[in-house]
Amino acid sequence: MEILVCVKRVPDTAENEFELNSAGNDLDRGDLVYSVNEWDNYAVEEAIQIVDKTGGNVTVITVGDGESEEVLRREMAMGANNGILLSDDAFGGSDGKGIATILKAEIEKGKYDLILTGAQADEGAGQVGGMLAAMLDMPYASLVNKIEVGEGTIKVGREIEGGNQEMNEITLPCVLSIQTGINEPRYVGIRGIRKVASVEIPVKSASDLGLAADSVGKTGAKTRRIDYFTPDMGVGAEMLEGSTDEIIAKLIEKLKAKGGL
Amino acid sequence: MTQIFAYIPFSNGVAEDVAMEFPAAAAKIDKTASLTAVLTGSGPDLDKVANEMTGLYAEVIKIDNTALVYPNAEVVRKALLNIIPAGAIVLAAHNTFGMDLAPGLSIKMNAAYAADIVNFDGVEGTTLKASRQELGGAVSTHVAVDVSSGAVITIRPGSFTAVEGKTASGSVVDKSGNAGDLSAKRKFLEIVQAEVGDVDITKADVLVSIGRGIEEQENIEIAEELAKAMKTVVSCSRPIVDAKWLEKGRQVGTSGKTVKPKVYMAMGISGSFQHLGGLKGNPFIVAVNKNPKAPIFQVADIGIVANIIEFMPELTSAINDL
Repeated sequence: MEILVCVKRVPDTAENEFELNSAGNDLDRGDLVYSVNEWDNYAVEEAIQIVDKTGGNVTVITVGDGESEEVLRREMAMGANNGILLSDDAFGGSDGKGIATILKAEIEKGKYDLILTGAQADEGAGQVGGMLAAMLDMPYASLVNKIEVGEGTIKVGREIEGGNQEMNEITLPCVLSIQTGINEPRYVGIRGIRKVASVEIPVKSASDLGLAADSVGKTGAKTRRIDYFTPDMGVGAEMLEGSTDEIIAKLIEKLKAKGGL
Repeated sequence: MTQIFAYIPFSNGVAEDVAMEFPAAAAKIDKTASLTAVLTGSGPDLDKVANEMTGLYAEVIKIDNTALVYPNAEVVRKALLNIIPAGAIVLAAHNTFGMDLAPGLSIKMNAAYAADIVNFDGVEGTTLKASRQELGGAVSTHVAVDVSSGAVITIRPGSFTAVEGKTASGSVVDKSGNAGDLSAKRKFLEIVQAEVGDVDITKADVLVSIGRGIEEQENIEIAEELAKAMKTVVSCSRPIVDAKWLEKGRQVGTSGKTVKPKVYMAMGISGSFQHLGGLKGNPFIVAVNKNPKAPIFQVADIGIVANIIEFMPELTSAINDL
């Protein structure tokens, strides 16, 4: 089976405290730590496990700048066979539809049985997989937490409310967005990264893909971020301060009053 | 005039709460817009909910077809495309169904897409201004949505004021005949119910709940000891279940259990909306997190900036000494 996994380089929410810049219109990106979108690691792991059983190849692809190459190498160190970087200044400012349009142009040059994305990334929209499927006229399922490969079809479980699982049968080729917890992504060490350090990753531009510049990027975007802001969330928590002993004494008092002890 | 269509999710003959929130969301987009509820399904459950919606919406469209008994997004999309006029704004819930339906629907309608919206600032010309969050709730952003060729928008359940009582006297329009071809390459098979674990967190008055801040599987013991001192059990947020450190039945959140404790000890939990969505009944929330900017501090009653690995044992021994 030929599997394509769409991945993204994102600010790591576990490693960063996010601050606005002095103008208040963007994050202060100077010291941000970036990594592979967490959901994407599960998608790549699932693809590798499927190919281990059925044969075939896993290709990882991303839309981004030169620095995004490192996330492709990381996923190749996990076991993906190929990487493709789609990069062009004209792609900057793309909305979800723009990203899906760029990916579609490359996907149509190949032949994939299964296309996976993470269920969501840093922007939390969870949009690219569903858009891509609609553009390619392929069936789609989101939030997938189980895959069983059959002949020409696959059975997929979707995580729905309450932790229940919705089982579906889907004809191939199809697009699936992968939910965390579907597997346990393998660990990638420095040695693994070194092994793939010299593998060539093709870089493709808008003209390589035959994309009209106004169909993607800022000009093609129907949804664009205006600014970042700090919402008025009311008073927030009463912060307990002082020495640990003082904090604990105050906390125990509160817990007694509220029925916690 | 702006036309807004709200897709009403329901199950077992009961509309989800978000059905009562769409009217407020629509009014914030454009007070003068027409608002129509759209329901797909089949049989008496569909009719019951459609009739109820006439108390909230001036127009209610129902599409009755046996292919729509279970809301398979691929099938629902086809039906909606035959009903909703070009250029309209479609509202859906940002839940597991809305996430399945909305992105592809926006492509097929050649409309803008905006996901998980928590507020609207109205339309100016053909630009709709809205608010949403990124990075798991760590930051908020304003977005501009070009609605000149319509839009599909998912709203976060619970973000808009629910309508109370009867606010409209609409009527049901049956558009079942317009649904068209409803064949799909994805077939719904069955729902597999979540496993019931050995511990029932939904009955507890107090919960010691752990998140990513627990860092290592071995540290769960520290939380178990605090829970024992507080005569209760340990629950958790999603990453702990993803790592297989605790079973799914311990997870609080929209994709886990809904709990109604009196006191909720959020230990090393950042506080994503999916997690908070499982927390009902307005509990007294104590949040301990080493990140002073963690979103949980915005909703907690008591906040403590500390590393839970060091803080919990201190608290446990202080409680045991009482």
